Amino acid sequence: MRHFRYLEDAAILRLDTDTCIGCGNCALVCPHRIFVLKEGKAEIIDRGACMECGACATNCPVGAIYVNPDDGCGCAAYIINSWIAKVRGKVPSGCGC
Amino acid sequence: MPRVATTLSLKDHLGTVGARTGLARNDYRVTPGLYCVGSPGADSPVLVSANYKLTFDALRQELADIDAWLLIIDSRGVNVWCAAGKGTFSCEEIAFQVRRCRLEELVSHRRLILPQLAANGVAAHRLKELCGFSGRFGPIFARDLPEYLLQGKASEEMRTVTFTLGERAVLVPLEICLVWKKLAFALPLFLLLSGIGPEPFALHGTLSRFAVLLAATLVALVAGAVLVPLLLPWVPCRRFWIKGLLVGAALCLPLLLALPELAMTEQVALVLWVGAGSSFMAMNFTGSTPYTSLSGVSQELRGGLIFQLSATFAAAVLWPLAAFLS
Repeated sequence: MRHFRYLEDAAILRLDTDTCIGCGNCALVCPHRIFVLKEGKAEIIDRGACMECGACATNCPVGAIYVNPDDGCGCAAYIINSWIAKVRGKVPSGCGC
Repeated sequence: MPRVATTLSLKDHLGTVGARTGLARNDYRVTPGLYCVGSPGADSPVLVSANYKLTFDALRQELADIDAWLLIIDSRGVNVWCAAGKGTFSCEEIAFQVRRCRLEELVSHRRLILPQLAANGVAAHRLKELCGFSGRFGPIFARDLPEYLLQGKASEEMRTVTFTLGERAVLVPLEICLVWKKLAFALPLFLLLSGIGPEPFALHGTLSRFAVLLAATLVALVAGAVLVPLLLPWVPCRRFWIKGLLVGAALCLPLLLALPELAMTEQVALVLWVGAGSSFMAMNFTGSTPYTSLSGVSQELRGGLIFQLSATFAAAVLWPLAAFLS
């Protein structure tokens, strides 16, 4: 994945080190390997590679990780369809993925 | 207990073509429930997966010499990662299938192997209290399962998503097929825009200008929906709408060389249209990549749409205008 980088400062991802119990779940599940465990705490080593999939936050047993909670995926068609649905006052139909 | 084949039949392959091209794309569900490969016993591993045809095929094909249980949950015919993101591949659904299939009567252990990409929807630590089975994340790809089952753990490589040329290439047919419907809507508009002129809807002039517009649209399609996905890591710039614009602009050169009789205004209109179309299709490819964040896509979407809409509008004005100028 080193060949693929997206907008570096876009992703919303926060880690509360004080709450972290160092279980390592985030480091295990991240598909872009942006977490490591250092001295019993998780640490973000490559924030720019985060795609906001939310796997880390979902699998954090103490809620120490916050990821952009907006529904949907990083997909332009999905966002456009949501906008159109909002204007028409309907439920978004999704993007077909 | 249905035992599934670990090789694909002709019908399976035809179904793959259907799913990959968008023909009845949403009609590829596998019946949820328990399946098996080989001759599993009470100690055999339980692999959890989605009920999407391509997922199910990818999984069973990799299990040729393995005895295992397959717990196929109802992800509404959607792949693991997207279903987890949408909340259908969830702890609750897994627990429901575990109980429904009476898994605890079949196996002596209490472990489920989950696909790693289900992690955005499945909190593995919650499974134990929900169904008595604990969840462990296996590798991302089914092809690494034999190695994982042997070693009992997944390497860093198995836990990292990839987006190889081959993985991008299989997405191209669907990108193209999703455009056909939009194109069908655009054709009458093309005809209208090509017919406006000093001699409205003169047969020959209208048809030849319509053909040029259609050719330009196909060039935009090749640029945005074929070349951008294939050449993704090598096209400069990180924003997809600019990637599409760059490739579209590059393809305009051969297009204009092939149409030497066009007037300057017509050339400008075509370049704007190809740039806008290619940019839009490239931007939509963000939904197919495994590395674009929602925040990032929202960020680039505004700039992209402003460019695409204004370029399309300018092209729609310039194209009929050129007929009056020449």
